[in-house]
Amino acid sequence: MVKMTESTYRIQGGTGEWEVVIGLEVHAQITSESKLFSGASTEFGAEPNTQVSLVDAAMPGMLPVLNGECVRQAVRTGLAINAQINKYSRFDRKNYFYADLPQGYQISQLYHPIVGEGVIQISLDEKDPDAHGKAIGVERIHIEQDAGKLMHDQHPTMSYVDLNRCGVALMEIVSKPDMTSPKEAAAYVRKLRSILRYVGSCDGNMEQGSMRADVNVSVRKPGGELGTRTETKNVNSMRFIQAVIEYEAQRQVDLIEDGGVVVQETRLFDPDRNETRSMRSKEDAHDYRYFPDPDLLPLELEDDFIFDCKASLPELPDEKRARYKNVLGLSPYNAAVLTAEHETALWFEQLLETTDQPEKIASSAANWVTSELFGALNRLGVGIEDSPVSPAQAAELLGLVADGTISGKIAKQVFEIMLESGDGAKKIVEEQGLVQESDTGAIEKVIAEVMAANEDKVAQYRDGKDKLFGFFVGQTMKAMQGKANPQVVNELLKKILG
Amino acid sequence: MSIDKETVKKIASLSRIAITEAEADAFVPELNQILGWVEQLGEVDTSKVEPMTAVIPNKLRLREDVVTDGEIREKILANAPIAEHGFFAVPKVIE
Repeated sequence: MVKMTESTYRIQGGTGEWEVVIGLEVHAQITSESKLFSGASTEFGAEPNTQVSLVDAAMPGMLPVLNGECVRQAVRTGLAINAQINKYSRFDRKNYFYADLPQGYQISQLYHPIVGEGVIQISLDEKDPDAHGKAIGVERIHIEQDAGKLMHDQHPTMSYVDLNRCGVALMEIVSKPDMTSPKEAAAYVRKLRSILRYVGSCDGNMEQGSMRADVNVSVRKPGGELGTRTETKNVNSMRFIQAVIEYEAQRQVDLIEDGGVVVQETRLFDPDRNETRSMRSKEDAHDYRYFPDPDLLPLELEDDFIFDCKASLPELPDEKRARYKNVLGLSPYNAAVLTAEHETALWFEQLLETTDQPEKIASSAANWVTSELFGALNRLGVGIEDSPVSPAQAAELLGLVADGTISGKIAKQVFEIMLESGDGAKKIVEEQGLVQESDTGAIEKVIAEVMAANEDKVAQYRDGKDKLFGFFVGQTMKAMQGKANPQVVNELLKKILG
Repeated sequence: MSIDKETVKKIASLSRIAITEAEADAFVPELNQILGWVEQLGEVDTSKVEPMTAVIPNKLRLREDVVTDGEIREKILANAPIAEHGFFAVPKVIE
């Protein structure tokens, strides 16, 4: 049984409560045109074995040459999480045999990683991220090669090997065991993904395998000594990461309470059965016999290079969120939602840039984007980068509301027409005669008619039935096809009804 | 450091090299001799010496991130014992 209090996640066992300790090793594919050590393309979805060089296929005598862009992206990522950048790093061979690894070893960085300790700030409450924040330590980031892809379902007795992915650059981002619930782990991955996408060092596409996690889980009595951990490999969705933690924590508690011992081992997640199981074939695999790769000299970075990496970073999600809140005056929730994805923030900023007074319309624009626009995009099933309405068109629409030309209600109608026709807001408003009526004379005339037709209700209202006020507003708006300025209608009704 | 027969067998297995019992027996003294010979280096105090990575002072060169290779599937698969539909085909390996 799982008990969740405000900030602590505990497994309720027969011998009392258990705490869960979680660390994540996230493998993120570095965005680059060519591979880490060869000139073959990294593009996803090509014909099998067409994006393979003789280096990737590990033909005898081939030598690796390091891709400078992959180094730059790893350093930029490190800087984005305020990590120490190691000016000296080097590559090691991790030796193991598997059909997807023609070299017989993976080139990685064990002893001297390129990036040292950093930190990622997560939040557990999207309504107010600052209220429930937590800092998760990052132990290190190193660069390594990806392996090829095996297909087991194409032939009854054979596995097919495609080496297109073999040699593609990965960053392995290793967290400290600082997370204590599935929710924290998910928040960490979400935040890391957001940062990587802002930096542009990884596209964060979990479906295509650009980001996947090894999930380390152990349990202990609250505050007690760390337990033995298990490592569940290659978990490729946010939901599965949480499922792995829930399953493993419960399994380990049950095991210990039944008098068993947790074995340090590699496990696999089976999404169909929602459980993890031991990968017995990997029992020996931990003996990787690492040693420095004699084909590669140490990687030494100059101060200028690191400085240029730093200068190339965009405004990152935490800074942006603070600015939206403090400078633009947005609610904590809107600031968080608009900055979670870089594309959303850029779209919102383009909208503000097309207006003269960004601070003035920022709040209403933020509300509009998070409700109206997100609603429409959701219905259409497209991302904000494919929005049928451009930021400039949205600014035009919001401008018409701000200057009182149309009401908020009419704006919704106009937006629907914009989505369908692609026309601008002004054109639609003019062509369809949707301009808001703010002329008191015209509105008073309609109010008089409404009151004449409902004399009984006027009398009831004046006898103290205040609730009828809404009825009069509704009738007046209806008679004017929704085009009356609601504020003026309210003021006039109050005055006339007395 | 000295190694026993079990270690020899384990190294052989990790390296995917098949050896007979007799060969394993023969490797024990042979490998121990080699290790002992190399371990003589331990007599030199290197605590204040930077590890040397290359004989000639040299710097790691970096490559531009451009696609210059690939599209040579025929060559890649040419030496494969079995290739089908553009894939290497290997005995089924599945968990």
